[in-house]
Amino acid sequence: MTAPLHEPTAEAAPSAAEEAAVAGAESKSVQGRSLGRIAWERLKRDKLALTGAVVVLLLVAVALLAPVITSLLGQDPNEYHEDLIDPLFGTPVGSLGGISGDHLLGVEPVNGRDILARILYGARISLLVGFLSAVVAVIFGTVFGVLAGFFGGWVDSLISRVMDGLLAFPQLLFIIALVSVMPNDMLGLHGTGVRVFVMILVIGFFGWPYIGRVVRGQTLSMREREYVEAARSLGAGRFYILFKELLPNLVAPIIVYTTMMIPTNILTEAALSFLGVGVKPPTASWGQMLSSAIEYYESDPMYMVVPGVAIFITVLAFNLFGDGVRDALDPKGSR
Amino acid sequence: MLAYLFRRLFAAAVMLVVIIMVVFGIFFLVPKWAGVDIASSFVGKQADPAAVEAVRQKLGLSDPIYSQVWEFFKGIFAGRTYAGGGDVTHCAAPCFGYSFRSEQAIWPVLTDRFPVTLALALGAAVLWLVLGMAAGVLSALKRGSFWDRGAMVVALAGVSLPVYFTGMASLAVFAFGLDWLDARYVPLTDSFTGWFGGLILPWITLAFLYAAMYARITRATMLEILGEDYIRTARAKGLREQTVIGKHAMRSTMTPILTMLGMDLGALIGGAILTETTFNLPGLGQAVLNAIKNQDLPVILGVTLITSLAVLIANLVVDVLYAVIDPRVRLA
Repeated sequence: MTAPLHEPTAEAAPSAAEEAAVAGAESKSVQGRSLGRIAWERLKRDKLALTGAVVVLLLVAVALLAPVITSLLGQDPNEYHEDLIDPLFGTPVGSLGGISGDHLLGVEPVNGRDILARILYGARISLLVGFLSAVVAVIFGTVFGVLAGFFGGWVDSLISRVMDGLLAFPQLLFIIALVSVMPNDMLGLHGTGVRVFVMILVIGFFGWPYIGRVVRGQTLSMREREYVEAARSLGAGRFYILFKELLPNLVAPIIVYTTMMIPTNILTEAALSFLGVGVKPPTASWGQMLSSAIEYYESDPMYMVVPGVAIFITVLAFNLFGDGVRDALDPKGSR
Repeated sequence: MLAYLFRRLFAAAVMLVVIIMVVFGIFFLVPKWAGVDIASSFVGKQADPAAVEAVRQKLGLSDPIYSQVWEFFKGIFAGRTYAGGGDVTHCAAPCFGYSFRSEQAIWPVLTDRFPVTLALALGAAVLWLVLGMAAGVLSALKRGSFWDRGAMVVALAGVSLPVYFTGMASLAVFAFGLDWLDARYVPLTDSFTGWFGGLILPWITLAFLYAAMYARITRATMLEILGEDYIRTARAKGLREQTVIGKHAMRSTMTPILTMLGMDLGALIGGAILTETTFNLPGLGQAVLNAIKNQDLPVILGVTLITSLAVLIANLVVDVLYAVIDPRVRLA
């Protein structure tokens, strides 16, 4: 399904011609172009995907610079501002959840913490868990997928059954159960550290079969391709074929599935925090803000809107970018 | 067909055993490695040592793990008597465990809450299948049109919104802002309109998310299938477009949709945790979440098993439907 990224030198010339033919009308030069190049050129013309990419980069920058931005704004995510709270109802004074020059997105009900500062710090948890759990899933998925596809036989049967099993598991329930039985101190980590670590591992663990299945299928079909056969007939060993011939060609599908997995993982993290099994207060996270906002949806709807929109924008940006990457790397795509 | 069915049944049975072992592993072995006393989490953190010791005896927690699994299994069919610490607690079959914290058997809790979750999941599934597949097929047929782009933008927004946020927003707007309905769950046996009114927002919220996913998948699958040779053949031999789409293309489009439906429905029947929490519905998901917050392990164990069972049954039904739709599957 996916054209090779790097062909062995012996085949370079015909494959370049092939790829140029696939690229069709968009290729004016006779020179061959790699799939990476073609993909990048397609991606450059996809405005939605670029918008997604820009937003993602902005979010990463904001998350990294959260302490700097909040101190520039003169806010602290855990500082109480009880003077801004209506003592009778517990809701922020002023319109729209207490939005003011000091508190650009208002303050939380009851304790009056600055919402913008908490959103900025919450972005760190969301992105950290989203990225790293995808990395865990990719590592497991690639290793087991390649093993299953490349060696076949009982290795393949065993790994495939395990993947089927994991996919049929009630995942959210198991993740909740696992996260909840974990102790508060572990491996030298404490509190939030343990929670984040466990979430990354568990979300990544339940995510690997999605990548594993794709990688297995790709490996299976590529194992019999001519260029692998050529390498084999020239006396290349198993591991040479694995690392030099197969893995480079798996990069494209792996990239696609990773970009598509990050938004799902961000949603899972938010869901866990929403259910109260994610990071513990006072550490800020978006899901947790939404879960406390549920009691105020009548009296202070802004408190619910801000973290909700933050999750929406983040996940949407990743999805737009992911869709763009998929279309760009798909050799069958017409764009 | 019969051989196929047997193979599937066997696979499901193996899966169930594996799940039970994994559940036990999570709840009995992980705390052990982490150095947490399991017996105390069956009773409560502040329980006195005598009570903890009694539960340890009653559950046979010092026994090897396989005999604990066996006792649990036996309880499902034969009932179970917990003896130890000077008193005896009986749990009638089917015994899915006994909560020493709330002093009640788990099975009645499950049967109480199951209808709520089932109604939520099935109602939403009907909505999202109709909406998602209709939108997906229309988008694929009118590719690149205004309708296609509009539908896909909505679908993309749908998969990017957490279900609890759309749920809260719909509560704020329809139940509180406009005051159209009373968003409280009422059992079907009390009043049909009350039941319907209490479930309509959860249905729509849940269906919106899944309809978005299904529309995207349906569109992609349909587009791929419309490029197949057999569709060209069908058109070439002069079949009406309705027949080509409705009979030839739809049949292949249904298979991935069915797979997804099996997994999604199974997972939801086992507890639509997020939706139930948002709308305060007394279903299985809410029960398990409360149990997790109270560290009430027997309840978590019971619900997890029921959930896994639901997923397995849903997958089994899908496998059978699969074979009906696609004869090639039976031979594989």
